Amino acid sequence: MPFPRASGPGRKLILLSLGVALTALLSGCANVPHTTVLPKTEAAQKIQDLYVLIFWLAVAVFILTQGGLLWVLWRFRARPGHELPEQTHGNTTLEIRWTIAPAVILVIMAVPTIRTIFELESAPPAQASGLPPLVVEVVGKQWWWEFRYPEIRKPNGEPLVTANEMVIPTGRTVYLHIISDNVIHSFWVQQLMGKIDAMPNHENKIWFTAEDPGQYFGQCAEYCGIQHAQMRMNVIAMAPADYEAWAQRSAQPAEPVTDIAKAGAEAFVTNGCAGCHTVDGNPTAIGVIGPNLSHFGSRTTLAAGILQNTPENLAAWIQDPQAIKPGNFMTNQHVKPTDVDALVAYLHSLK
Amino acid sequence: MAVTLPRPQAPAAPAQAAPEYGTLPAYHGFVSWLTTVDHKRIGILYGSTAFAFFLLGGLEALMIRIQLATPGSTFVSPDAFNQLFTMHGTTMIFLFVMPMSVAFFNYIVPLQIGAPDVAFPRLNAFSYWTFLFGGIFMNLSYFFDGMPDGGWFGYAPLTTIQFSPSHRIDFWMLSLQILGVASLAGAFNFLVTIINMRAPGMSLMRMPVFTWNTLITSFLLVFAFPAITVALILLMFDRLYGTNFYYAPNGGDPLLWQHLFWIFGHPEVYILILPAMGMVSEILPVFSKKPLFGYPFVVYATVAIGFIGFGVWSHHMFTTGLGPIANSFFAASTMLIAVPTGVKIFNWMGTMYGGAIRFTTPMLFAIGFVSMFTIGGLTGVMHAIVPVDMQHQDSYFVVAHFHYVLFGGAFFGIMGGIYFWWSKFTGRMLDEKLGKWVFWLVFAGFNLTFGPMHFLGVDGMPRRVYTYGANQGWSGWFGMDWLGWNMVVTIGAFIIMVGMLIFIYSAFKALRGPKDAPTDPWDGATLEWSLPSPPPVYNFAVAPVVRSRDAFWAWKRRPQAVEAGENVATLQVGGHTVGHAEFEEEHPSEEYLAQERNAYYADPATFHIPNPSFFPIIAAFGLTCLAAGMIFGYALSIAGFLYLIVAIGGWAMEPTS
Repeated sequence: MPFPRASGPGRKLILLSLGVALTALLSGCANVPHTTVLPKTEAAQKIQDLYVLIFWLAVAVFILTQGGLLWVLWRFRARPGHELPEQTHGNTTLEIRWTIAPAVILVIMAVPTIRTIFELESAPPAQASGLPPLVVEVVGKQWWWEFRYPEIRKPNGEPLVTANEMVIPTGRTVYLHIISDNVIHSFWVQQLMGKIDAMPNHENKIWFTAEDPGQYFGQCAEYCGIQHAQMRMNVIAMAPADYEAWAQRSAQPAEPVTDIAKAGAEAFVTNGCAGCHTVDGNPTAIGVIGPNLSHFGSRTTLAAGILQNTPENLAAWIQDPQAIKPGNFMTNQHVKPTDVDALVAYLHSLK
Repeated sequence: MAVTLPRPQAPAAPAQAAPEYGTLPAYHGFVSWLTTVDHKRIGILYGSTAFAFFLLGGLEALMIRIQLATPGSTFVSPDAFNQLFTMHGTTMIFLFVMPMSVAFFNYIVPLQIGAPDVAFPRLNAFSYWTFLFGGIFMNLSYFFDGMPDGGWFGYAPLTTIQFSPSHRIDFWMLSLQILGVASLAGAFNFLVTIINMRAPGMSLMRMPVFTWNTLITSFLLVFAFPAITVALILLMFDRLYGTNFYYAPNGGDPLLWQHLFWIFGHPEVYILILPAMGMVSEILPVFSKKPLFGYPFVVYATVAIGFIGFGVWSHHMFTTGLGPIANSFFAASTMLIAVPTGVKIFNWMGTMYGGAIRFTTPMLFAIGFVSMFTIGGLTGVMHAIVPVDMQHQDSYFVVAHFHYVLFGGAFFGIMGGIYFWWSKFTGRMLDEKLGKWVFWLVFAGFNLTFGPMHFLGVDGMPRRVYTYGANQGWSGWFGMDWLGWNMVVTIGAFIIMVGMLIFIYSAFKALRGPKDAPTDPWDGATLEWSLPSPPPVYNFAVAPVVRSRDAFWAWKRRPQAVEAGENVATLQVGGHTVGHAEFEEEHPSEEYLAQERNAYYADPATFHIPNPSFFPIIAAFGLTCLAAGMIFGYALSIAGFLYLIVAIGGWAMEPTS
């Protein structure tokens, strides 16, 4: 064999050098972890426990089978002067053994699997605090997320609606009721819980309890059209007191204070933004096609989690949303530069 | 690796010289390929067309990998990317692995069972032309509205007219229906062929394992394709005639598509992998110089996989909210299917155990199959663990898993099969030295491409995304985040490309060389190795009489023994008893032996060879026009329909000899 060891040490070397180079390259990046193996909730931890069990079982089987295979290949390689080997045809005892052995391993896997399925897919367990779970209705849109809080009522009695950033309290179970009004999406915040699809006509539910305050990254996991890749979201977990403050603030409309922000409120209507977006307190802005922007200024990201919510990014987005997220439903309204500044000021004033 | 083993002698040459094959009407030239009904030529057509589509699907894969090598890349637009991954999946499944398997069915099965051709030669030709036109029709979409962009799985309601108003999905759903006709025609043909046309003495349990896998794959096709046909017809009615089977706001059921699709889709996975398993089950024994270990168990395991394969479809839908009872059931049934699969892997290892293993290129690919498919099987079991699947579903972990099954499995098996049977297909041998370069490059590139995808998936990278952010990912392993691993994956993909370019070079080099392949280059065990390379148009002059499994292996050894005056019942070769109990029970008569030895020297001019026919290609073209008219106007449909009617009429009235 002219090329026998290229997959062994050679590959490792390539991998190693690449790894070193890229680590050096990327060490400056601030990462929001998206990994599934560092769960931050008990529900996700249950999944992780199961994963660890099956991972090590798989590793054991992997070593046994691949090791056995390599040994057979080495031990029984043809050598000069080799006689015709014994023509064995089978061995029923062996067959029965290697039918039963995997079956036993699978039963070991099946028992905790089914137990965990029923735990995770039942209603959330009662909490020590005695509080009922916080229900948030999640609606998958093309290509953003809407969150409705039936528990938080605005002055007009309607539930609070927000988009792309879901604020939740720590220490209290969150019970998500997930649905779509268009195609199928999948709600996936890796560190909080496994994914569940957002289906039209079919509500799915998951629950979890975030213990640590912080920002959790999420993303649509079911292919849903041209901008599936940029259908991201953030979940922001706050201490209960902070959450209460947020809820009270968000229930009230935010008012523009500065002159330029007030001009922006008008520009929001004259440039047609109001046709698709709702802003509480702006009586013309009652559109429901795009995300609700009532407290846009308090969000950390824009365009469904793909850009930091800075004035520059927002201005770029308003001027040409198709350049940033091609194919999305926000059209280029050809907003005048002065109006862009006003809109940015207005939207960022909506805290 | 020059190893000389005591080779059994081929049967002693008879006294009389063999007449030339030219006594049969010879078919040459372009038209002869359009009208051919010879299963071997159709096999070559199927194989070369499928390989052309493989190159197209591979090109799409490379474009996907260039786009994903770096975050925020603008190499292709999001729209183009979605078309690319849709067509990559659709092409590799429907236009490469399936037809490539059918190419092997066509060429090898009649030879393995000692038949002159398939049962319905013209239907066979029709199957090929329908496949070709269906594949071309699907790719023609590129020149109109763009290629299909709904994913190979085409989930409704995304694929309904409300969300995909252009004709792209129409091209996809119509050509899949055309391809379904091709698959069903082929499947029925092989069922009838295998059940009815086996050589005398070839009982089911003496059948070569590749033929067994063909039989079971054909059953799976026959039972699975109706499900996707129903799904596609409902989608067609939704899109073209305004029904609402899938469109939720009007009362449609978005889950209906998924159930129908995966009732087809999961058996489809076995339709893709079983032929390769059959090839591997032929290759491993030959290069271990031992019969397949546990033949009946391998056969039963294949049948069991076929059955259970219809009861696991909802494991593709664990995150759709089916409820804990359904999820538990499908978790258990999915785990269950790992048992017969494991039995096969153990039996392959048992075959090699105690053998004299020759590391030829086909053997390397077969060993690669066993090893890589095992990894794909292990991650497959992981997906049966529903809660874990809630994290892995639709992530790159799944992409890694099914590429280990379909690339490390099906593709490695097919490559092994190509190297194994190349001499039968072309009369030439492929270069072994280059073959080893091909194997090691493809093997290394494959693991570099799909191995890191496990990390990406566990790291939370969803699939079918055209881009990702520079700040995404988690550098938990080797300090590599999404960017790092994606770059490695792309490098791996290009290594595969280099390996395959060497393969193409090697194939062309072989085809330009002399037709000098021996009849039995590998010391084969099954009947196709008893025929010249390539076999004559009529295959067997006299139907071979089969007295055991591995008929040719035993057959090669019997005449010497008989001539030496040995007792055939206790025939020994190389100090060991050769053949099976069934074989040893039967004492062949002298007449049989004489007949067998003269089998190739009967007068071919007297054989019945089915006539070439234009009607299959005309009928296939009519069928395609009928479907295309749904997009280009009903006039075309009507014309296609009339064409089809005329072709079927002519076909029915055509004299067969």
